[in-house]
Amino acid sequence: MHASFVRSPYSHAKILKINISEALKLDGVEAVLTGEDVIKWSEPFVVGVKQPMEHWCLGVKKVRYVGEPVAIVIARDRYIAEDATELVNVEYDLLPPVMNIESSIKSNAPILHEKVKSNIVSERNFNYGNVEKAFSLANNIVEIDVEYPRNSCTPIECFNVISEYSDENKSYNVLSNFQGPMALHPVMAMALKIPGNKLRLRAPQNSGGSFGVKQAVFYYIVSISLASKKVGRPVKWVEDRLEHLIAATSATGRKSKISAAITKDGLLLGLKIIQYDDCGAYLRAPEPASLYRMHGNLSGAYSVKNISLKNYVVLTNKTPSGLNRGFGGPQLYFGLERLMHKISKVLNKPHLQIIKTNLLPQNSFPYKTPSGGILDSGNYQKAIQKAEKDGGLEELEKRRRGKRKVGKLYGIGFAAVVEPSISNMGYISTVLSHEERLKAGPKNGAYACATVSIDPLGSISVTIDSLPQGQGHQTVVQQLVASVFSIDPKNITVSSDLDTHKDGWSIAAGNYSSRFGGAVAGTVYLAAQKLFLKLKTIAAKNMNINVEDVIFQNDLVFSKNNPDNKITFSRLAGSSHWSPDTIPDAMAPPLRETLYWTMPQHKAPNEKDEINSSGSYGFIFDYCGVEIDQNTGKVIIDKYVTTHDAGTLLHPEIVNGQIQGAFAQAVGASLYEEFKYADNGEFLSGTFADYLVPTANEIPEACILHISTPSPFTPLGSKGVGEGNSMSTPVCIANAISDAIEQDKITLPMTPPKLWGLISKKEDLPKNLNLEITDEKKKISVELYQNYTNKKFWKYIKNKLRNIV
Amino acid sequence: MSKILGSKKSISFTFNGTKVEKEVEPRILLSDFIRDSLGKTGTHVGCEHGICGACTIHLNGRAVRSCLTLAVQVDNCEIHTIEFISGKYNGLNIIQKNFKKYFALQCGFCTPGIIMSLCDYLYRNNNPSEQEIKDVISGHLCRCTGYSSIIKAAVESAKEINNAE
Repeated sequence: MHASFVRSPYSHAKILKINISEALKLDGVEAVLTGEDVIKWSEPFVVGVKQPMEHWCLGVKKVRYVGEPVAIVIARDRYIAEDATELVNVEYDLLPPVMNIESSIKSNAPILHEKVKSNIVSERNFNYGNVEKAFSLANNIVEIDVEYPRNSCTPIECFNVISEYSDENKSYNVLSNFQGPMALHPVMAMALKIPGNKLRLRAPQNSGGSFGVKQAVFYYIVSISLASKKVGRPVKWVEDRLEHLIAATSATGRKSKISAAITKDGLLLGLKIIQYDDCGAYLRAPEPASLYRMHGNLSGAYSVKNISLKNYVVLTNKTPSGLNRGFGGPQLYFGLERLMHKISKVLNKPHLQIIKTNLLPQNSFPYKTPSGGILDSGNYQKAIQKAEKDGGLEELEKRRRGKRKVGKLYGIGFAAVVEPSISNMGYISTVLSHEERLKAGPKNGAYACATVSIDPLGSISVTIDSLPQGQGHQTVVQQLVASVFSIDPKNITVSSDLDTHKDGWSIAAGNYSSRFGGAVAGTVYLAAQKLFLKLKTIAAKNMNINVEDVIFQNDLVFSKNNPDNKITFSRLAGSSHWSPDTIPDAMAPPLRETLYWTMPQHKAPNEKDEINSSGSYGFIFDYCGVEIDQNTGKVIIDKYVTTHDAGTLLHPEIVNGQIQGAFAQAVGASLYEEFKYADNGEFLSGTFADYLVPTANEIPEACILHISTPSPFTPLGSKGVGEGNSMSTPVCIANAISDAIEQDKITLPMTPPKLWGLISKKEDLPKNLNLEITDEKKKISVELYQNYTNKKFWKYIKNKLRNIV
Repeated sequence: MSKILGSKKSISFTFNGTKVEKEVEPRILLSDFIRDSLGKTGTHVGCEHGICGACTIHLNGRAVRSCLTLAVQVDNCEIHTIEFISGKYNGLNIIQKNFKKYFALQCGFCTPGIIMSLCDYLYRNNNPSEQEIKDVISGHLCRCTGYSSIIKAAVESAKEINNAE
C-alpha cells in the first residue's frame, strides 16, 4: 500500500476535528491514520532535555508548523492516496504563531507547548577560566551580533520508508534510506512502544546523498510503521520535493552575541558568548546537539583560555531542526570568525595578523581546550604558510588593490576553523546539569564496528557500519583491506548496508560527524590486521618457516628465504573452511573478525562541564576574493583557496570531492539558500524555484591544498574531512563581502537584492522612478493579478503599463 | 480529480528500441510511468517540478524532463532512458567512462539525468566551449560534487566525441 500525508497549512493551530469519511469513500483507499491511532499505539518521542513536551509522530490536538502531518491516507497507489488527502477535512482554530527568536523569547509570546510554559526549553551557563578578570585586564572590548539562517543541504533523493507490521510478532520490519545515527533506533522503538529487537531496521547499500538530512526520516519511520499496523500490510512512502522543503528538517537558525576582551595587539584574553538556537516547533532528537557538538572546540583554532557561554534552546513555529552537514559548526564559526574580522577593523590591523596572533602554537598538541576538547594534532602555522604561498595570497591582494583602484567593490575574507569529527555520544548530555547527568548515568564513547570475513574460495567480504551515501567508503575500504593482505582489490567486496538484526552496530553507527576516516576505516584496518596475523601464523606452520619470514605479495604467500615455498592467498585464506587441522591449536579460526573500536579520550562530561565532544580535530584555513557587481548586488567569487589538515589522507581524490562538494553547499548557504517564512507563518521556500540551490554556473572550483599531521588517537592517523567547508566557507565569504563593502552587518544568505540594498545609494536610483505606493498603483496590481488568466492579458498589460510609465 | 480516474488511454511507443503498447491514465507522469509501469528505475525523480533535472530522458532524441511530461504525450514517440545508453555501447559510453574517471558522481542520484542531457548535447554540437557545457549542466542540480568534476568529465567527453567523429 502507498501512503500520502495530510499536512497542516497553518503554522500554529488547534486541531478541532478531522473528518475522514469522504476520503474513505474513494475507491482504492484502505484507511486513514490519525492522531487517535497514534495516541493508542505510540508514545511521544523522548526529548533531550527534561521538559514536558509532547512530540507525536503526527500532530495531535495541535499543529505547530506549516507542513506538520496530521493524518496519513493509505491507498492502493500513490495517485489515489494523494487524491484522498484532499478529501480529508481538517478543522483548525488558528493561534498566533511565533516566527523568530526575538518574538519567541518575549514574556508575552504565544506558547508552543503549554505544559512547558515557555518557548525557551533549555538554558545553560558555562564558565571556563576567569572571564571577568580577563575583561578587567582588556585594552579593548569588541562585540559582534550575528545571525545564521535556517537552511538545509536538500539531497536530490528525498526520504523513503517501507514498513511491514507483523501482528504475529508485534514487530516492525523497516527498509529506509535512514543514515543514522543509530542512537535514534531506541528513540523509534520507544515511540512505537516495543523493545529494540522488535524494530528491525534496514538501510540499503546504495542511496542518494544525505549530508545529515536523512537522519530526520526517523520521524516518518514511526508514522509509516503505524500506518502499516493500521492496514496490516506493508506500506511504502516516498517523500516528494515539496514535502521535503516544507517539512523535512532544517539546520538550526542561530542568534549569537560574542564579546571579546583583547589586548592592544588583538590577543584574545577572554570571550563571552551567548547563543540562541532556533530548533523549530519541537526539540527533535538529537537536538539540541547543534549547540553542543562544538562545545569542546568553542575556542576554535585559538589559544584563548577564559570563556563564558550562555546557551538557549528556543522553539518557534517552524519545521523541527536536525542534522545538516557541518552541524553546529557553521553557526559557531560564523560568530567567532566574524568577530576576528571585526577585531582587525577596530584595531586597524590586517585580519590575517589577528588570526596569527591568536593561533595555538605549533607544539601545543594534544591541546586541552578550556571547555574540555582534546585537539589531537595540528600545525596551524604550517597550514597557513602553505595557503599563503601555494594559494597566491600576495597576488590576490595585488588584485584587490587593482580592482579598487578602478572603483570596483572587491574584498578578501579569511577563516580559520577547527573541524571536529567522530562525535563522542556523551556530548549531548552537556545540555543537562551535572546533577541531572549523575541521575541519568554517564554517556560517552562511540563504538565503530567492522567485520572482515573469508569465504571458502578465499575472497574477502567486509561489512562496515558507516552507511555511506555517496562518499565512496566502499572504495576506500576495498583498497585498505587489499593493502593489508597484498591482494587484488577486486577480490574484496564491501557491504555498507545495515540490518539491525544481522549486522554489528552500536548507537554510534551511521553516516554523520565525519566518522568514517578516523573511526570506521581504522576499525576495518584493525579487524583486517587481526585476520592477517592469524593467516600469517597458519602459513608459517604449514610452510614450516618462522612467522616473520612469511611474505604476502600480489595474491601470493611465500617464504622470504625461499620464494618457491609458496601458496596462493586464496588457498591459504580458504583453508580454515576446508581443513581446520591446519590451524594451530588454541587459535580461533580466521574466518570472520568482528571488531568494535572506541576511543579512551571520549569521556563523559565532568563536574566542571568539560567535554571532549569529538575524537579528532582537523584544521582548515580558507581565504577568498570576491567582487560585487554594483549594478545587481551579485557576489562573484573570484578565487577561493581552502587548506586542510585532515591527518592521513586515505584517498586524495575522494577527499577533494568531499571538499569541493561541501564548498558548493556552503556557497549556496552563503549566497542563495534560506527557508523563509512570512510573519504570519506562511512558508515561502516550498519549491526549488524559491529555495535556490546553486548550479554549475554559480560554483567556482576551489583551490584545494593539504598538509598532514596524523592524529595520534585514530588507528590510521586520519581525521574527518567532509564537513569542514560547511563550517569555514560561509563566514569566509561573509568576511570577504564585509571587506568589500566596508560594512559590519552581514547576514546570510547574501542575495543580490539584500546586498544591493546595502551598497546602493538613493542617487543610484533612476531619477524618474516613483517608488511611492499609491492607491491607484495598488488597484492596478490587483487588477493585473485578477486578469492574469484573461486571454486579453498581454494587451491589457500593455495598456496599463502605458498609464503607469 | 476522481472523475478522470479509470478513463485509460491506449498508447504505443518505442521504448529503448522496443515497441511497447500500454494502457495509461491520462494524468500519469512519464517519470512515474517509466519507473512503475515499465520497471526501469534508472530515471530518478528529484523534484517533480522541472528544476532538478534528475528525471531527464530522451524523447524523439532530445533531452526532456520526464516529470513535466505526461505518459499519454509519448504516443507514437521514441523514448530512451539511461538504461539504453549503457546497453547501446555494451557497457559505459564515453561520457559515463569519464564520469567514472573524474569522480564526477558521488551518490549518483542526479547522474542519469545529467548523462542524458550531455548525450543529447555533446553528440549534436561540435567543439562546445566550457561555458556552453556549463550552461547545459546548469539545467541539473547536483548536491554532492560541487560540479567541477562533472564539468571536467563533460569537457573531456566533448573532446573525445569530436575526435571520434
